[in-house]
Amino acid sequence: MSRLPLQPFARRAISQLCAALLVLLTALPLRAIDITELPNPELQTRYKALTHELRCMQCQNQSIADSPVGLASDLRGEVREMLIAGKSDDDIRDFMVARYGEFILFRPRFSPRNAWLWLMPAVLLALGAFVAVRIVRQRSKLVDVDDAAIDDDVRGPGKT
Amino acid sequence: MNRFLVPLGAFALLAVVLGIGIHRSADKGIIVSPLIGKPVPPFDLASLTDPGRKVSSQQLKGRAYLLNVWGSWCVTCREEHEMLLSIQKSNRVPLIGLNWQDQEAPALEWLEKLGNPYEMVLVDANGHTAIDLGVTGAPETFLVDASGIVTYKRVGAITPEIWRQDILPKLPAR
Repeated sequence: MSRLPLQPFARRAISQLCAALLVLLTALPLRAIDITELPNPELQTRYKALTHELRCMQCQNQSIADSPVGLASDLRGEVREMLIAGKSDDDIRDFMVARYGEFILFRPRFSPRNAWLWLMPAVLLALGAFVAVRIVRQRSKLVDVDDAAIDDDVRGPGKT
Repeated sequence: MNRFLVPLGAFALLAVVLGIGIHRSADKGIIVSPLIGKPVPPFDLASLTDPGRKVSSQQLKGRAYLLNVWGSWCVTCREEHEMLLSIQKSNRVPLIGLNWQDQEAPALEWLEKLGNPYEMVLVDANGHTAIDLGVTGAPETFLVDASGIVTYKRVGAITPEIWRQDILPKLPAR
């Protein structure tokens, strides 16, 4: 198969086309589901944070900010209205928890009931560190014993 | 022998924890409603069949009822419909429909074509009542007792088993 050398203008056209396609590809994730705009930037920031930390109860593994279902948009509307009404972030979280339970929060709150969930990583880390230190200590003691045994095998007893 | 004791113990503990998890997995994805044992959130909604008429939660007090959340777009509601019709026939408890995320025309057509098991259907036009009830999808059914307390919630269709085992025993004796 013979290859025709590309004309310079053709090469430029192809590279321009590729660049254009790349730009278009990066634009894909920008098709946002939620286009709500709040009256001021501070509310907008809080709105964005809140809608990202509330679970869409219909789809469960998406936040209400990312979900296209009707319930998620109703809940976003509720968050929007409460923010404009001057409610605090915690008021809004409490409102949601009272209706849907703790499960609606992606970041569970610290409570006596789920304390173990929060403390477990630290406990496990401490346990792991304890076991690791013990193993390393034991092994380092074994080194002397092992060396002696190997020395005996290789050189025969009594020879140095 | 002693050196196997710790791993064996850890394994046994893990087996117990996972065993409990598997045992409970039948309920996976069903979230217990925080509403159980609490008063039904107040509502005041227009009737689907008689748009001029409004019905409030206060007016419904005095007798137990099943509040059934449905929409004409909902496939599982279609499956549940036969059961709702037979509940109506049993005459044990009135069904109040809550039409959710729906349009008037298809909702009315649904009732006309499939039969209307509801004593009345209320329209949750802005979705506020569904949010107050903690509705996560359709169908969902709440059993509200005569004093207006939610005593039971079913996520998903009511089946004959659910009706017999979970709902009937909670209804006031005839």
